[in-house]
Amino acid sequence: MSVAGRRHEPRGFPRQVLDSGQSVLVIFAGVLLIAAVAQTAAVGINDMRSALAFGGLIAFGELLRLNLPGDRDAAPIAAAGALAYAMLIRVGDNPAKHSPEQVIAVAAIGMLLGALPHLAVGRPARLSSMAARLVAVACAAVVFRMLANGSLIGTQWWTELPIMLALVIVAWLVEAVIAALIRTDTLRGRFGVLLLDELHVQLPLGAAVGASALLIAFAAEVMGLAAIAVFTAPLLVTQVALRRYTGIRATYLQTVRALARVTEIGGYVEIGHSARVAKLAVSIGREIGMPEPALLELEYAALMHDIGQLSLRDPIPGGATVLVAREEQRRIAEYGAEVIQEARVLDTVADIVRRQSDPSRPADRSEEPPLSSRIIRAANAFDDLVGSSVEPSRAAAAVQRLRLDTASEYDPQVVEALSRLVSRRSVLGP
Amino acid sequence: MGKLSRIAWLYIGAVIAAAVVAVARGPFTMIEWKQVAALGLLVIACESTATLLNSRSLAWSANSTATLASVILVGPVGAAIVGCCTLLGFRRGPSPPQRLFNTGMFTLSAYLAGRAYLLAGGKVGTPDSTSFPAIIAPFAVAVLVHVAVNFSLLRGVLWLTREPGTASGRVGLDFKLLVTDVGYAAFGLLIAALWSVLGPFTPVLVLIPLLVARWAVAQFAAQQRAYEATVSALCQAVETKDFYTRGHSERVSRGSVMIAREIRMHAERVEAIRYAGMLHDVGKLGVPTSVLQKNGALTDDEYAAIQLHPMRGLDIVREIGFLDEALAGIMHHHERIDGRGYPMGLAGDEIPEFARVLAVADAFDAMTSNRSYRGARPVPEAVAELRKWAGTQFDPAFVDAFVAAIERDGWKGPEGAPAGTDQAAVSEVLSTGSLSGDLLPADSVASDGHSGNGLAGNGGLSASGLSGGSLAANGHSGGHSDNALSDQVDEAADELDDPAGPLRTIESL
Repeated sequence: MSVAGRRHEPRGFPRQVLDSGQSVLVIFAGVLLIAAVAQTAAVGINDMRSALAFGGLIAFGELLRLNLPGDRDAAPIAAAGALAYAMLIRVGDNPAKHSPEQVIAVAAIGMLLGALPHLAVGRPARLSSMAARLVAVACAAVVFRMLANGSLIGTQWWTELPIMLALVIVAWLVEAVIAALIRTDTLRGRFGVLLLDELHVQLPLGAAVGASALLIAFAAEVMGLAAIAVFTAPLLVTQVALRRYTGIRATYLQTVRALARVTEIGGYVEIGHSARVAKLAVSIGREIGMPEPALLELEYAALMHDIGQLSLRDPIPGGATVLVAREEQRRIAEYGAEVIQEARVLDTVADIVRRQSDPSRPADRSEEPPLSSRIIRAANAFDDLVGSSVEPSRAAAAVQRLRLDTASEYDPQVVEALSRLVSRRSVLGP
Repeated sequence: MGKLSRIAWLYIGAVIAAAVVAVARGPFTMIEWKQVAALGLLVIACESTATLLNSRSLAWSANSTATLASVILVGPVGAAIVGCCTLLGFRRGPSPPQRLFNTGMFTLSAYLAGRAYLLAGGKVGTPDSTSFPAIIAPFAVAVLVHVAVNFSLLRGVLWLTREPGTASGRVGLDFKLLVTDVGYAAFGLLIAALWSVLGPFTPVLVLIPLLVARWAVAQFAAQQRAYEATVSALCQAVETKDFYTRGHSERVSRGSVMIAREIRMHAERVEAIRYAGMLHDVGKLGVPTSVLQKNGALTDDEYAAIQLHPMRGLDIVREIGFLDEALAGIMHHHERIDGRGYPMGLAGDEIPEFARVLAVADAFDAMTSNRSYRGARPVPEAVAELRKWAGTQFDPAFVDAFVAAIERDGWKGPEGAPAGTDQAAVSEVLSTGSLSGDLLPADSVASDGHSGNGLAGNGGLSASGLSGGSLAANGHSGGHSDNALSDQVDEAADELDDPAGPLRTIESL
């Protein structure tokens, strides 16, 4: 989630550049597309009407693609349409006999057509997520078409359904694995953590997509191609609801970001401080391998970590909490936590903010602060020392200074992660 | 909630009795019991996963999709029996009378829908490919009857159990919900249509996307609540800068909403103005604390600093995907109709509508709260003051609307000490769960009592260091965004706007 909405920020690193992993994927999908189209053209299209109808549905679904939390791309209707086409058994009374290559060709062309309007209005093409969807559909199509065209599947729903269910799940897993690999590459997180995040985020939508794909495939037996229009309706409802949900999530983050700036406007902290600390904290958290929900809480806490300074009658010079006495820091943190607790829905965040000024290894051996608090503590100190400067030497010196304090003040694991980030630079951005 | 009146009991009893009679009369001949059992299980599953709507008294579940499928598959009596299964849902929410009422309501809706389906020429039984499209017209009739009966019965019980003094018989039941309901109910046809192919597995597949949709709607509602609570908490934090203005943002927001509703603003704009009210004084943060808390007259420099606060507020809030209208409201809420306000000195209709609304609520709350230089004034006096300055400082239309709303619903000002109220307001919102803004209760219910808020040995009037009447230096703060929200809402629009699906049930009586 930390990435949600970041696209609108000028500071974000360029996302349009495909890096190596994504290029491999896109090239692979491209080859798949060309081979499938060539093969289909050579053999001739089997049942043109179905091909057109499903191609149209896929294009329509791609047009309605949606953004899931975490800047993920999804096109549930297109995915359901493609899977249904892959698993079509009969249209009315005629058995469907199209080849897996035809499924891939129809799906790919439909996706590309649906993406055109997005390109036309200047939105990114999102090639890699389209490629991931195509590869997932291809897996299901190859297996199912071989079985169905070889008449290896019975004609009763209880023989067909288990195979279909299994393939839907396989397709879902394939897509999640590919997406997680891409994110491992771009976000420099850990594959295992990112895969779990991916599965977690995609589960509800994946279930809806799978169910709709099965419905369309079965309903085509009863209603013919009209099934496509009718059984897309429940998924459309799902999509509308999800869009609202992801919308408010993005708004929420945006609002916290904006309101966290009240401390800047009030002259309590340096301009841009909260946003920088939040960005750095999330990068550190990801480097350490925190799961996405925890990263979101970390981001909220980091954005609001200085809100407690509002209780001060006069701002601390430069807003640098690292420079004031421990007791004062603690009081500010405590007040900030109270403010956040007032909301009653962000108790974890409040707790993170409350413990941010505690040393990572308390002298009295009391319970150590949550990992997120330790991260914010280090990120905040780093930003107080470096500010908006982009000097590599200054950053390195700041890390060095934090490292000297790892015995008690800062968590060594966090400082090491920070150090790796600093030496990579790219994550911190200009 | 509370005790039910005798009439309410009679009403509930009548609904249940009618349902029992409908089932008992039979005939049971055309019923396929295996299907009834499968559909009944489905209703139990749906009922068990019902979610509360944003208003406190309604819940949404997917049972009507199931009962309408039963209308086709097993006929009116079968559908009524399926509807009875509502009683068995695993759900902690409703009390026994609510549960009975909900069951009676679904049973009756299903039965009448089934009768209507037969009357319109529908055939009972598992449809096959020859049933289409002839089945569509009678099914549409059944859907309409089902939704109509569901709504009427609900409306009746809401009206009979409404809180005294509120205008709520129609809380949360509006036309949009009706349309949504029809949409969900129509999915019953999908279940019936596929029954011949997939058997009892059909409803599972049809319901998965719907349940995911419902999950998303519930998530949306939860996020919206969280969002609102967070904004409100942050606004309060800002208010701590000025001891005298605690709760001010919240009250200005409430007052602006009262005006907006009174002049029948569109629901989305009402939402927007609510946030604009909360955030209107965020810019106060840019004003030095010493100035905000100053007793006595301000120097020119200090006054200039105060005059800048709307601009500062804009700086902060601009980053939120906000409605332009709300932004304009925040920026211009200190303009005066006669053109002598700040920061731009706009006059009359040049001042954005939101700003004119905010100005009235803002000034009113400032007058009825304690200030460093005077005590709070009683409501009637503040009303008189608003009237006096209508046309010079305030837009007379909005003053009239506000006064009308206050006379009808009362006004809840800061209680006693300037602290405290706010928390009360927040917890009230949280506990009633009604954040969505177009439901009346949270505001109006709470506002009975106190009109004369408070304190203040209103030695008042005199000493304000600042110029005339109400404008003064009412500090407030807070702020918030609004629009982004409305954008989304916009998009998702009409369809699903309220999570209300086909099945609304009563959650509290």
